[in-house]
Amino acid sequence: MMDILNILLSESFWAASLRIATPLIFGVLGALICERAGVLNLGIEGIFVVGAMCGWMAVWLGAGLWGGVLVAALAGGFFGLLHAILTVPLGLSQHVSGLGITLFATSASYYTYRTALPNVSSPPRIEPFQPLDLPVLSDLPFLGSVLFQQTALTWLALLLVVVVWYVLNRTALGVAIKAVGDNPDSVDAQGLSVYGLRIGAIVVGSALMALGGAFLTMSAFDAFFFGMVNGRGWVCIALVIFASWRPGKALLGALLFGAFDALQVRLQTEVGALVPGQVFLMVPYVLSIIALVIAARSADYPRALLTPWFKGQR
Amino acid sequence: MIRIEPRQTQSRAFTLGVPILSAVIALGFAAIPLLAAGANPITAYAEMFRGVFGSVFAFSEVLTRATPLIFTGLAAALAFRAKLWNIGAEGQLYLGAMAAVAIGSGVLDISGILLLPLIVLMGAAAGAAGMVAPTYLKTRFGADEVVTTLLLNFIILIFVQMMLEGPLKDPMGLGWPQSAPVLDQGMLPPLLDRMRVHSGLILALILAGLAQFMLARSVWGFRLRAVGENAAAARHAGINVNRSLFGVAILSGGLAGLAGVSEVAGLKGYLTADLSPGFGYTGIVVAMLAGLSPVGVVIAALFIASVFVGADSMSRAMGVSSFLADLVVSMSLLCVLVGGFVARYRIVRAGTTRAAS
Repeated sequence: MMDILNILLSESFWAASLRIATPLIFGVLGALICERAGVLNLGIEGIFVVGAMCGWMAVWLGAGLWGGVLVAALAGGFFGLLHAILTVPLGLSQHVSGLGITLFATSASYYTYRTALPNVSSPPRIEPFQPLDLPVLSDLPFLGSVLFQQTALTWLALLLVVVVWYVLNRTALGVAIKAVGDNPDSVDAQGLSVYGLRIGAIVVGSALMALGGAFLTMSAFDAFFFGMVNGRGWVCIALVIFASWRPGKALLGALLFGAFDALQVRLQTEVGALVPGQVFLMVPYVLSIIALVIAARSADYPRALLTPWFKGQR
Repeated sequence: MIRIEPRQTQSRAFTLGVPILSAVIALGFAAIPLLAAGANPITAYAEMFRGVFGSVFAFSEVLTRATPLIFTGLAAALAFRAKLWNIGAEGQLYLGAMAAVAIGSGVLDISGILLLPLIVLMGAAAGAAGMVAPTYLKTRFGADEVVTTLLLNFIILIFVQMMLEGPLKDPMGLGWPQSAPVLDQGMLPPLLDRMRVHSGLILALILAGLAQFMLARSVWGFRLRAVGENAAAARHAGINVNRSLFGVAILSGGLAGLAGVSEVAGLKGYLTADLSPGFGYTGIVVAMLAGLSPVGVVIAALFIASVFVGADSMSRAMGVSSFLADLVVSMSLLCVLVGGFVARYRIVRAGTTRAAS
């Protein structure tokens, strides 16, 4: 027990938790925006892959780190637009379209990677984002080393939590987005475009998801690998339900998840001899399922989630 | 001003034509990535065609590849009919495969003839168990089965790796993480000399026929369709919806488990953690291309298998990445979705509609 307490009190543990949580923060925010507008986006897993591949490749081709971030967001937005066209004006099954987008985005990324680099066994590395080392602030006890060991992308993720919260809860646009996910008829009656709001939300949400992928290749690691997203997108879909579609709780969920994941890595070194390592690898996925089961009954679903809406048809 | 309205009638030609047209369009789209890779699309298509129909062996490879896809395609088609979103066929496949090697590699002392039926039954049971768990979480706690089955895929795959380094590890395997081989009397017999196609295909075809009959003709099939079309109405009509869901969960998971049995006991002979290149996920595409019809699943599985086998052989001949096959498969899913829309709705200009509306 002392060991666990020591871990929980260490700065490096919380720094690692925040690092692990970062891609999930992007992903959960992205999924949350889509679902608040009434559309489930199961393309998330593939959009993570696209963001990871495009961001990294853009940097490798010389676009610079922020250029890579922009390319990743645009690529994610493109696949989001595809999902939006299929599910909003055409009103097709959000489940099937989303899975189709995931398969399409993943295979397109892999194909592009293989075509650009036909015969490499290990991908070329880029110079990733470095920790932001702010003078004075970095010297603060505890918080200094937790927060100021993070890269600019983690800061961007935290900033986006505030932005998304503000837009959803304090602006007319946010009211409209939430209304279009609860009662699209009322939005239409006010003369606003249901299609426009939903499509816009999906494109922006998908761009955020792609940033989660970009964090993997441009901050957590420095290259693109097959299978590196490894279910993080699906975890985000579970976390959105856990968070009851609220940005603040989404941040909390992602951080809790990051903390558990960081804890299991550390416990693995402590009791690794007693339990096979794979048991620890399962923990994140098991936790997601548990979170889902706990939250499912009380979850405050956007009422029009999964329901297509056609103009002029009540 | 344009408007979308449902078609009054759905023609049979549309129902049959849409999937075929979608497949052709998806293959056509593949010209873009082929050109991007600097390959001549015409030559590439010719290579793919040769890789599929070039020899008896080539086509037998298509049949071999189609076998697990028929199982996973049926698994998805039946579940989706009841609007039970089983995206976990990949994991259930591995559960079936694990059961097959656990029983089939000589742990149990079972006389020759009984071993194969036992492997098949236990493999199906293991897959079914993998789908019953998320169905319980759905019916009891309201946990979305899409997310739980997806996450279970990852959990099960890690579990497989753990078993392959532990209890299921082949003592003679020279340290490779693979299981001991299934005994000869536990193997599904091959269908043709010197080819890999095996009698798992026959089992898949029989089950497809059975599923088609049950779905169209039996009370069970009627209930299943009723639950899928409108669960509330079905409940009102006195159908026990949860029981129907558990029933289809068992069948769907069992079919996916059989995909694993068939790969292990028909093809590979032993289990590794890379047994399936995503057969579970591809089964979803197969089911959608098939319009969720079991007989359609057989045809769609043959098409998808041809794409994979053709692209593999084209890839070897021309050096284009074989991820092209995955691209074509995913594009055909998106195309058939749009095609389904075209078949169900028409776009009309407001003012030209019937006066009654």
